[in-house]
Amino acid sequence: MSDPGHPSAPASHGPAVLRGASLWLPAEHSWRRLPAIGLVLAVVGLGGSLALGLASEAARPQLWHSWLVGALFALSVALGGLFFVLVQHATQAGWSVVVRRIAENAMATLPFLALLFVPLLFGMGDLFHWSHAEAVKLDPLLLHKQPYLNVKFFVLRTVAYFVIWSALALWFGRLSKLQDVTGDHELTRRMRRASPVALLLFALSVTFFAFDWLMSLSPDWYSTIFGLYFFAGSAMAFFAFLALVVIAARRTGLLAGVVSAEHQHDIAKLLFTFVAFWAYMAFSQYLLIWYANLPEETVFFAHRNVHSWSLATAGLALGHFVVPFFFLLPRTVKRSPTALAVAATWLLAMHLLDLYWLVMPNLHPAGMAPNLLDATALIGSCGLFMAAFGFALKRQALVPLRDPRLPESLTFENV
Amino acid sequence: MGALKGILRGIMRPSLPPGELFGALAEFATPAELYHACEGVRDAGYTRWDAHTPFPVHGLERAMGLKASRLPWVSLVTGLGGAATGMGLQGWISTIAYPLVISGKPFFSWPAFIPVTFELGVLGGALGAVFGMFAFNQLPTLHHPLFASARFERASDDGFFISIESWDPLFDADRTVDLLRRLGSTGVELVASSSKPAKLPPPSTPGAPGTSGTSGDATTRATP
Repeated sequence: MSDPGHPSAPASHGPAVLRGASLWLPAEHSWRRLPAIGLVLAVVGLGGSLALGLASEAARPQLWHSWLVGALFALSVALGGLFFVLVQHATQAGWSVVVRRIAENAMATLPFLALLFVPLLFGMGDLFHWSHAEAVKLDPLLLHKQPYLNVKFFVLRTVAYFVIWSALALWFGRLSKLQDVTGDHELTRRMRRASPVALLLFALSVTFFAFDWLMSLSPDWYSTIFGLYFFAGSAMAFFAFLALVVIAARRTGLLAGVVSAEHQHDIAKLLFTFVAFWAYMAFSQYLLIWYANLPEETVFFAHRNVHSWSLATAGLALGHFVVPFFFLLPRTVKRSPTALAVAATWLLAMHLLDLYWLVMPNLHPAGMAPNLLDATALIGSCGLFMAAFGFALKRQALVPLRDPRLPESLTFENV
Repeated sequence: MGALKGILRGIMRPSLPPGELFGALAEFATPAELYHACEGVRDAGYTRWDAHTPFPVHGLERAMGLKASRLPWVSLVTGLGGAATGMGLQGWISTIAYPLVISGKPFFSWPAFIPVTFELGVLGGALGAVFGMFAFNQLPTLHHPLFASARFERASDDGFFISIESWDPLFDADRTVDLLRRLGSTGVELVASSSKPAKLPPPSTPGAPGTSGTSGDATTRATP
């Protein structure tokens, strides 16, 4: 897309010459406090959750379910960031170079988010019916699934997922940062060559992670599309997060003349795409189960179509698809910082509802039951994410400084 | 035969308002000069004009002061129309025309109708976008008065042009040519209209505008 005939300075476009100040987090910038604020939130949120949840035997199941929702919320944004970086390398994208570092910082949180799943391993008894040996003995189906669904193999797989994700995030992050120093174009080629393999690993690990940590909450139920469903929501949440970060950065004077309305427009298009993709996955899952009408499959929707859960189901169909689809449809909305920020915030809330809707019917079959632990676990998980993200943000330039496609990205325009 | 000729003429010639003169055509050396000239023409208040380049020049629509396209609305309406057709047809067949009980489900089992509804929605949106684009651009237009200019051939090679049409309220042959020259044009010419044969020689006459093979004949006046 590099355009030899581009006029030097069209109206709404920043100068192609980078201003040093906007490429690093300035010394006094408010975002420098993100790690400290995040850490306080993490300690208060997670510590509060543990204090509240472990205080009594009765509160413990609530603690682990709430913790799982919060941890998945932060994790899904980080996974979306990893996916974004891998896809940009695989497709050799030019437009996205100026926002790629933000995604790299989001995926850099993955090793830290692994910490959230360590306590959960101790809560498996409260989360997973199949983790009780005596329950497995009574259920022929669980007995049949035991070679896969057993505590040892489950822990091993969970470790493997986080090793894969952390390794990918560290490797791609390190090469990108190395290029800031050396400017070596070969690094870009190496990342491109590695990205298809990395995407395969990512797809398989995310699919099985979703099977393990979400689908096995109801171990008799199965849906082969479930991994994609979780991925679709995660990618959408990441694009909402990316849109918010870009808008906030421009509001606070960062990336001036680097990230333009054109980049925001493309992020919004991807957000819109994944709103539709999530609905496509969700409906594909629903249609086949509804049509076949087999009890072992319909149980998933049967549990979510009673009491106040039916409100959440309808709320997801409307709030996670219909309303944002038509709201994000016009070009002007995608290019307006305020309108896009509203849509992105709304969609993050819907993503949270989606995760809540996946996890909580396991604990509260009689209807939605908001609990203080839901809030504290969410605040703690997001705090940990914020701390790790802010830490990565401070340590490197805000854009890949010497990426060979940076000039192309700087002058990118939607035709 | 007469009717066929009429239809062909309609396709061959864009729907142009009457007048002997199509307008002024100005060439520019570089995309940047064209860009700034477009700003000049826009600021001068012209409304019936166009820019011609061999490749897309980013931001030119702003320099020209073009409003957002209405095409998305066409696409939205045809897309929703396609979706409504899909749902309507299946609903009508299943509830009125041939109500059949299928696997114990209600007659109007909307989830089963969604795939076809979705596909027809996409089809309608895509067809609306393509044919709406054709309609807004008056395509297919197999002939255009500007083709009479020899230099205009370079619009698909290495030439950058602005054409201002004679029925623009501000159009005045001398002053418009003057403006284009002041905006840095390397060559301005006036091009005859091929839509109004009345005041011009009969079509059979060799060298008539729009029918002649030698484009130089068609320009009523050329300025270097």
